[in-house]
Amino acid sequence: MDPILTLDKISKRFGGVQALADVRLQAYAAEVVALVGENGAGKSTLVKILTGIHQPDAGEITLDGKILSLNDPLAAMRAGITAVHQETVMFDELTVAENIYMGHHPKTGGLPRIDWARMEREAGRLFERLDVQLSPRARVKDLSIAQRHFIEIARALSQDARVVIMDEPTAALSQREIHELYRIIGQLKAHGTAVIFISHKFDEIFAVADRYTVLRDGEFVGAGRVAETNEQQLIALMVGRAVTQIYPKQEAAIGATVLEVRDLSHPSEFDHISFPVRSGEILGFYGLIGAGRSEVMQALFGLTAPSGGEVLLGGARLSIHSPQDAIDSGIAYVPEERQRQGAHLGMSIRDNVTLPQLAKFGAWLLGKRGQELALTRTYSERLELKAANFEQPVAELSGGNQQKVVLAKWLATQPKVIIIDEPTKGIDVGSKAAVHQFIGELVAQGLAVIMVSSELPEVLGLADRIIVMHQGRIRREFTRAEATTENVAAAAMGASIGVATGVGLGAGA
Amino acid sequence: MSTAVKHVIADRGDFSWSSLLRRWETLLVAVLFLVVAVGSVSLREFLDANNLADSTFNFSEKALIALAMTLLIIVREIDVSVAGILAVAAVAMGYANTLGVPAAGLAVIGIAVGAICGGLNGLLVTRFGIPSIVVTIGTMSLYRGIALVVLGDQAYTNYPDALSDWGQGYVFGLIPREFIVLLAFASLFALLLHGTTFGRRIYAIGSNPVAARFSGIAVDRYRLALFILAGTMAGVAAVLLTGRIGSTRPNIALGWELEAITMAILGGVSIAGGSGTIGGVLLAVFTLGMVTYGLGLANVPGIIMTIMIGALLLITITVPVLLRAGAGARR
Amino acid sequence: MTWRAIRLGPWLKLREVQLALILVVLVAVIGVRAPVFLSGKSIDSLFTDSSILVLMVLAQMLVIVTRGIDLSVAANLALCGMAVALLGQKFPGLPVALLIPIAMACGLALGAINGALIGFLNLPPIVVTLGSMSVFRGSIFVLSGGAWVSSHQMTPSFINFPLERLLGLTHLVWFALAAALLAGYVARHTRFGRELYAIGNHPVSARYVGVPAARRLFAVYAISGMVAGLCGYLWVARYAVAFTEIAYGFELNVIAACVIGGISIAGGVGSVLGAVLGALFLGVINNALPIVQISPFWQSAITGAVIVVAVVLNAREGQRTGKQILPLHRSASETEMPPSVLEAKA
Repeated sequence: MDPILTLDKISKRFGGVQALADVRLQAYAAEVVALVGENGAGKSTLVKILTGIHQPDAGEITLDGKILSLNDPLAAMRAGITAVHQETVMFDELTVAENIYMGHHPKTGGLPRIDWARMEREAGRLFERLDVQLSPRARVKDLSIAQRHFIEIARALSQDARVVIMDEPTAALSQREIHELYRIIGQLKAHGTAVIFISHKFDEIFAVADRYTVLRDGEFVGAGRVAETNEQQLIALMVGRAVTQIYPKQEAAIGATVLEVRDLSHPSEFDHISFPVRSGEILGFYGLIGAGRSEVMQALFGLTAPSGGEVLLGGARLSIHSPQDAIDSGIAYVPEERQRQGAHLGMSIRDNVTLPQLAKFGAWLLGKRGQELALTRTYSERLELKAANFEQPVAELSGGNQQKVVLAKWLATQPKVIIIDEPTKGIDVGSKAAVHQFIGELVAQGLAVIMVSSELPEVLGLADRIIVMHQGRIRREFTRAEATTENVAAAAMGASIGVATGVGLGAGA
Repeated sequence: MSTAVKHVIADRGDFSWSSLLRRWETLLVAVLFLVVAVGSVSLREFLDANNLADSTFNFSEKALIALAMTLLIIVREIDVSVAGILAVAAVAMGYANTLGVPAAGLAVIGIAVGAICGGLNGLLVTRFGIPSIVVTIGTMSLYRGIALVVLGDQAYTNYPDALSDWGQGYVFGLIPREFIVLLAFASLFALLLHGTTFGRRIYAIGSNPVAARFSGIAVDRYRLALFILAGTMAGVAAVLLTGRIGSTRPNIALGWELEAITMAILGGVSIAGGSGTIGGVLLAVFTLGMVTYGLGLANVPGIIMTIMIGALLLITITVPVLLRAGAGARR
Repeated sequence: MTWRAIRLGPWLKLREVQLALILVVLVAVIGVRAPVFLSGKSIDSLFTDSSILVLMVLAQMLVIVTRGIDLSVAANLALCGMAVALLGQKFPGLPVALLIPIAMACGLALGAINGALIGFLNLPPIVVTLGSMSVFRGSIFVLSGGAWVSSHQMTPSFINFPLERLLGLTHLVWFALAAALLAGYVARHTRFGRELYAIGNHPVSARYVGVPAARRLFAVYAISGMVAGLCGYLWVARYAVAFTEIAYGFELNVIAACVIGGISIAGGVGSVLGAVLGALFLGVINNALPIVQISPFWQSAITGAVIVVAVVLNAREGQRTGKQILPLHRSASETEMPPSVLEAKA
């Protein structure tokens, strides 16, 4: 069978960086091709070229035998190529139907007016085809992320897309929603559409893709059928070297209880949360989206006000009304979205790292630059930050280094407890191990780490204890020995399976 | 994670002339130079020391407001009610004057009223989460309206001499006191913004308000403080302006909010927040001052100056974009 | 408030119903105080006096919906008004039917300047229209040399047109009605209108789905200018005078009416009905003041207080997620795509 979409010898340069060099990709009708690669491999750039946001410096894009020149998003859309993005492209205040048809509303004749009735009918029909329950009249701002993805897919269908690109679509979906998505992808395939699926998660790749294409450092390194390969081979292609253990667990001495949370409650998000954390311990918090884990952490950190309960640090009751109180008490919170919530991209590395600590330098900062630099240097070196100089704006650093700046900032506050929300979100295989090793180093120094994670293998591999939350409550707590993929996942969904003794952990996928 | 080569990070980047030349402040210095050059060549009286010194009267009070406006714009807020606050403060002073309050008391009242009005703005923005542009459009009418209601079509006059000493007086017989006051405040603001923790946090809030909050900065408290500061500076301006013109009419300082904003934007303060310097604003103030001074000497009517200033604003924001579009890779 | 649970259909949002009710109550209260307010003549006067505001508010609404703002409308109005007044003075033979399109063309050209800078160069609307406002206002002086055009320098047909009646209503009211219907149609039933909402809702997404944002923005500011131009003629004809300072500060009334009418400054939200109600609200206050014998000096203060109250009520009901950003600029907004999506790095 011939591919319906072929990208050949695609190259793209941005300033001094060669983002893509001689890349090729083929997509076949009714098949899913997984586009695989580390961060910085060039996947996003390729997608932007396919959707008309960028134009390649060289190379050809052929769809159904015709050479395309995609000068803007509209051209790509007209050609039949659409994308479903990680951050959904939605208009919150408008209805579902209008979101699908924005840009190409159906019109009636005579006076050119929008045919609302037809629009809603067609939207309804699309959802029927996908077997999804959504009202065309619903306002998008009331919907969940999974539902927004479904709308984007419906939009792709409405444009008679020949090729649908999915960029990390499962990033914020629950297990059930992910399976729903798989089913819908199946519908797309049945419709004859070619799907390009970008994902970091191997279980998804193997679940849904028929073929794969691997990029590394902007170059094409391999392609083939998914049935004829395995995870090790894919990783080897992606990273260019053999990567053995993905979740190295170092043993650290677990000491006394550092933080104790008792009966922490919030009017709408969580209820009666109690747990201790000990120094040298990694406490994993697992659960589905909406379980309330991040909300608990944000209350702990003073971002939101709990309605009841208390927090003790080293036995003393804490009074936390703001993040500054939490920081002063020795709690640090590394947020999930490092760029949006953690970094000041327009400010220098030095400004970023010293920010929570400014009070330490006093009210006057004149003449304290040396001290600031010393602090910045200490923690940047510990994290092996790569940058030209400390006055550089953080925006100029690579994504990975930006995350390091955020980590450095929090480490510099010398916390006793550090809460890390989704430590390896958006981080590729090659660097995941590094992050995990780093967490191991933290606890070896006596810190207590609370790790909120949605990746089961990560939690099972790293955590000393796992707390599973479900709908705002702690459902179960597992020790490292007790936890298995099945019982943790079950607890997260609200069910429970008996704890099997002596059964091994699911280390790695 | 160990790598073979240890990466060394320098303390600061190397000094480069090109990056210095590309700074906004450098551009302003060049424009200022140009204006002075053109002015001194075409107008005999341009370089006269007395004239130059007197020209500072035109912008000193406005610039005081611009200083505070700068901080607000950096944290992504705005206050278009400052002229209204000035009016209310001036009216309060005038009323107190009729009650026989001495000059020092008048000054305190003017500044206090300004602070309170600014506080109301700040409260509405932080407490209710309303965008500051909308709040201050409302309070602008409200404050100006209060001034109108109290004054009607009358005017307050007969202010004590001490006030006009400050508004009209000179230091060393040459430099207006108002200008010295401006320089003093400018220094304080520069110190605040560029040399204190407070200032660093201001930049952080403007750069990324969400991350600022996550870093432990009490964002709302800073915003409130800046609105109060803006009101206070409007109060200070009211005191000086009243001293200078000796009367209070309801249309006092009409349009000054736009001038203050223009001074800040021209000074390189980005409307998107997170950047800008006091030095730049001061340069913009002097540049605008020189332009109006020169045009005044050439007997150009005030309204024409308005066109010039508007055009200057438009050109200043357009040219960098055009240059970047021309130079940079388009697609 | 649990009111949000009630859905009154796609057109009649709760906010507009509330506003209409408040308006009716307000009129009733004033009517009780001064029954003459409810007389046919007074109501007719109310509508006539509010017409220009309604026209301007409709145009401004479209701009604000795109997350923009046009502060230059009053200056635009004044400049075009002066232009046609001078034209009418110089060529008394020119019929009104020609002068009106000329005024609109003049306004369109001025608005297009804003549109080009904001739409194609992506400059922040608040700064651009601040600048163009000064330029337009100053240009009136250049055009007129500072002279006034007073009623004896205008032809009777020039002055009378706005107040002449057609089927019982003044032309001014007809213009406002026609504009309201047209705006309602555009906002609801044309792709152009819906795309404006998309742009205001999420500018980056709008571009992603192929909405020609630059052209739409250019158009919306040009339209704003065109309406200002029309109102320029209507104003100078109706008040039979043209000078440099006419409509000074009027842009704030326009924006105030929009805010009262529920048009969100953050963009993407707002209805034509709300805009009209907001304009009528201000119109009622302005008209009622002399009737209830409150001195005109109170007008500004009352308008300001009304805006503040309206905005606070709006905020408490709306419950947006504390967006403390300055929404009138283009760059970093919390609802935009994260840098990772926009960056060249893969």
